Amino acid sequence: MNTQPTVLSNFSLPLQWTLRLLLQWPLQWLLRLSWLVLMALLFLPPAQAESIAPGSATVSALAEGGMARSQALNDWIEQPPADPADAAALHALNHDRLFVHTTAPARLGVEHADGQLRDPASGAVLGTSTDTGWEKIRLNNAIRIKLRPRIDLLDLRAPDAAVRHAAAEDLFSARLTPAYVQEIKALIPTLAEPETQAKLGQLVAGFELNDPNPQVRLAAVAGVADVLDPEIRARLAPLAENDPDPTVKAAAKAALDSIQRRVDVWQFSQNLVFGLSLGSVLLLSAIGLAITFGVMGVINMAHGEMMMIGAYTTWVLQQLLPNHLSAALFLAIPAAFVVAGLVGIAIERGLIRFLYGRPLETLLATFGLSLMLQQAARLIFSPLNRAVALPEFMQGSWALNPVFAITFNRMYILIFSLLVFFALLLLLKRSTFGLRIRAVAQNRQMARACGVRSGWVDALTFGLGSGIAGVAGVALALITNVGPNLGQNYIVDSFMVVVLGGVGNLWGTLVAGMGIGVLNKFLEPYAGAVLAKVVVLVLVILVIQKRPRGLFPQKGRAAEE
Amino acid sequence: MLLKKLFNGSDAAGFWVLAAIGLMLVWVSVANLALPADHPLHVSTYTVTLLGKFLCYALLAVSIDLIWGYAGILSLGHGAFFALGGYAMGMYLMRQIGDRGQYGNPNLPDFMVFLNWHELPWYWQGFEHFWFAALMIVLVPGLLAGLFGWLAFRSRVSGVYLSIITQALTFALMLAFFRNEMGFGGNNGLTDFKDILGFSISDDRTRIALFVASGLALIGGYLLARAVVRSRFGRVLVALRDAEPRTRACGYPVARYKLLVFVLSAMLAGVAGALYVPQVGIINPGEFSPLSSIEAVAWVATGGRGTLFGPIIGAFAVNYSKTELTTLAPELWLFFLGGLFILVTVFLPQGLVSLFRRKAKTPPASVTKADVTEANTTKAKPTEAKS
Repeated sequence: MNTQPTVLSNFSLPLQWTLRLLLQWPLQWLLRLSWLVLMALLFLPPAQAESIAPGSATVSALAEGGMARSQALNDWIEQPPADPADAAALHALNHDRLFVHTTAPARLGVEHADGQLRDPASGAVLGTSTDTGWEKIRLNNAIRIKLRPRIDLLDLRAPDAAVRHAAAEDLFSARLTPAYVQEIKALIPTLAEPETQAKLGQLVAGFELNDPNPQVRLAAVAGVADVLDPEIRARLAPLAENDPDPTVKAAAKAALDSIQRRVDVWQFSQNLVFGLSLGSVLLLSAIGLAITFGVMGVINMAHGEMMMIGAYTTWVLQQLLPNHLSAALFLAIPAAFVVAGLVGIAIERGLIRFLYGRPLETLLATFGLSLMLQQAARLIFSPLNRAVALPEFMQGSWALNPVFAITFNRMYILIFSLLVFFALLLLLKRSTFGLRIRAVAQNRQMARACGVRSGWVDALTFGLGSGIAGVAGVALALITNVGPNLGQNYIVDSFMVVVLGGVGNLWGTLVAGMGIGVLNKFLEPYAGAVLAKVVVLVLVILVIQKRPRGLFPQKGRAAEE
Repeated sequence: MLLKKLFNGSDAAGFWVLAAIGLMLVWVSVANLALPADHPLHVSTYTVTLLGKFLCYALLAVSIDLIWGYAGILSLGHGAFFALGGYAMGMYLMRQIGDRGQYGNPNLPDFMVFLNWHELPWYWQGFEHFWFAALMIVLVPGLLAGLFGWLAFRSRVSGVYLSIITQALTFALMLAFFRNEMGFGGNNGLTDFKDILGFSISDDRTRIALFVASGLALIGGYLLARAVVRSRFGRVLVALRDAEPRTRACGYPVARYKLLVFVLSAMLAGVAGALYVPQVGIINPGEFSPLSSIEAVAWVATGGRGTLFGPIIGAFAVNYSKTELTTLAPELWLFFLGGLFILVTVFLPQGLVSLFRRKAKTPPASVTKADVTEANTTKAKPTEAKS
């Protein structure tokens, strides 16, 4: 009789819990209750669920249908499969491919892909699924939930490592009875991978933490001492608080403390990585500014709109190539660079070159330009935000353990920002063009005397800075919505990064960007996201008071200007 | 001929602008209160409020011009002082609501009841008294400007650096005021005001009184600013604007001069904000947005910085265009504003008033030497900003 309550797996998600509470428990209990009544009325002995040979008690009950079938299924699933035929029939049951012959002789048939029904044991063809007398065994939710760990256990013996791994994972959220837990425990030594062994060991230990025997509990505590899973921690906590056995209590406390220490370390790394990720976004948005503002000394308030142009370029390319998201993304990088760069050159030739030497006027004029560009985006692409779809390889996240996980898109952006940074550094320090840029920035007259066309260098430098802003826009499009205000949200931050890092110093920009990002993330748990940002801004303002030329000011002749 | 007369005297133009404002105050008041609503010359209360708003904006513009036009400090965060003055006034007005709010709590403004707060935060104490609020209207912006300026000018942060950190300041304040926990109404700000000094805020006569008060404040602010720039103090300001290192070398404590004028300007902005709030009936964190501050800078640039009356003209001209344009074609307003920035900076660096000035015989006093020399060279100066 299946009347003992199933042990709910504590590894399930809250949502599943709620659903179970609402739907499945009442249904299940109703079913069980009606069963009890039925059995009591009929004085039937409990069905022997062992053989699925044609004509056996189980198969007859299955053929009977109704309550008898449900009971037979319950009992059948509960027993470990006796032979390969049994396992094959269970798999078929799980995939809704198990049929039963309702008229004598009662027997089971497994539906194959060709519609043929075959005997689970011998493989002999018995007919087709549409033949009269054959009926598909349909499962209700209660049975399905019971079947799940049984199938997982079968899968744990599968030859394919991936299937075994998935089954082990699945067991964590399946509903396990003590019998299943014992079965899993017995199975562990037979498994090939130590990884899966360790995983299932934790699973079993998690259950044994509630065992009435203190020795079992003590062993279980030792088994989970290096597990970071919050569920295990939640189970350890009551033991450490008030376990009747002092040894178990002390052991649980020690285990909990050591877990907490490790969780702290991982949490710290998580914050660090999140901070670096935020910093990489800041860095990307500030690198272009480090060129236009840092090297050329031009205040370009329309810098954010160059990012916006890059982001819209990405979106437009995705619209053009809806079936090739990755290709569109990789095309977007050069495309955004070219589009934003050309717009930048146009701005430099058409506006900024008339305002050299008048930084405040440049600031105002480019601000006006940024307003116009934003409004243009609003008119062309509508004021609504557009979402850029993530290509396959950027979806998902890399979870090292339950405390530490990083999404792939963030990781790629971190790498990408560093790539852009070093590419730019190389360009400035090693190429002829970079040499010209630096020459014009340091001493325009002398550079001209040496034959550098300073006007063109200005235009191209500005184009370079704007193009990099466009590339930053591609990255931003992947983590935020593309809209007319995209650039505006980053402009204050990017200026802060450049000013803090020291104008004209790319390394300073790197350190300042990452520093602000990390600081922000570490403040967030204490102050909340908004206040953390305010605190960082105030801190930056204070640092600028102390070091008006940034953390890493230029030294030597370049600083004289 | 009239124009010539206008702009030839030492401050004849300023006098005429003030006279025009005075005339407008009298005429609008009379036309709104004394003439019946169907009279062709009647001025609607809507117009009164609109003009009152412009007057407050003009005062803000004068305060910006005082530091930008005369001391070379371009603040992109002056809206913050305006908003702080406005919040101080808003807090007084909130306390005046008393138990007439939605929740009928005699002590707490509605939003605090909504947030389940049980007593007034310490920084709201005293705002039930008008004199206290009036003090705070000048003190809070003044103190913030003092602290900020002391830090900035002491370490010689100037030019675009200063502009950017003022922008960061107002941005930070905006983020902070958006938080409900700050106790200033969060996103919604302070609104639903009932009365001021015992007079209903929706009454036409109160509105006229506020309008006239704004006009008088503008005239007062203008005269104060003029007195400052014409004093010896003002001459030092112009000197440090044009050649800060030289002024410093002559022994003037440059940082102290800048700090004083910065604080004074912030206080003027605070007063402007305080008069603005009861007229528009709301103050919210949007006033802190960098865009509002930069719009204010646009008025000054358009009108003509370094003239004091130019910004008044600019504030009226730009805001009138904004009102007209946002009703006619709202999507074009930002193009207009952006275009204005570009046109003015490239073609009219001295603003609208320079259109008339060119006819004058004497060279304009406010065209800076630095501007002239810098405009002639194409050399970019990354670290020094003097305009």
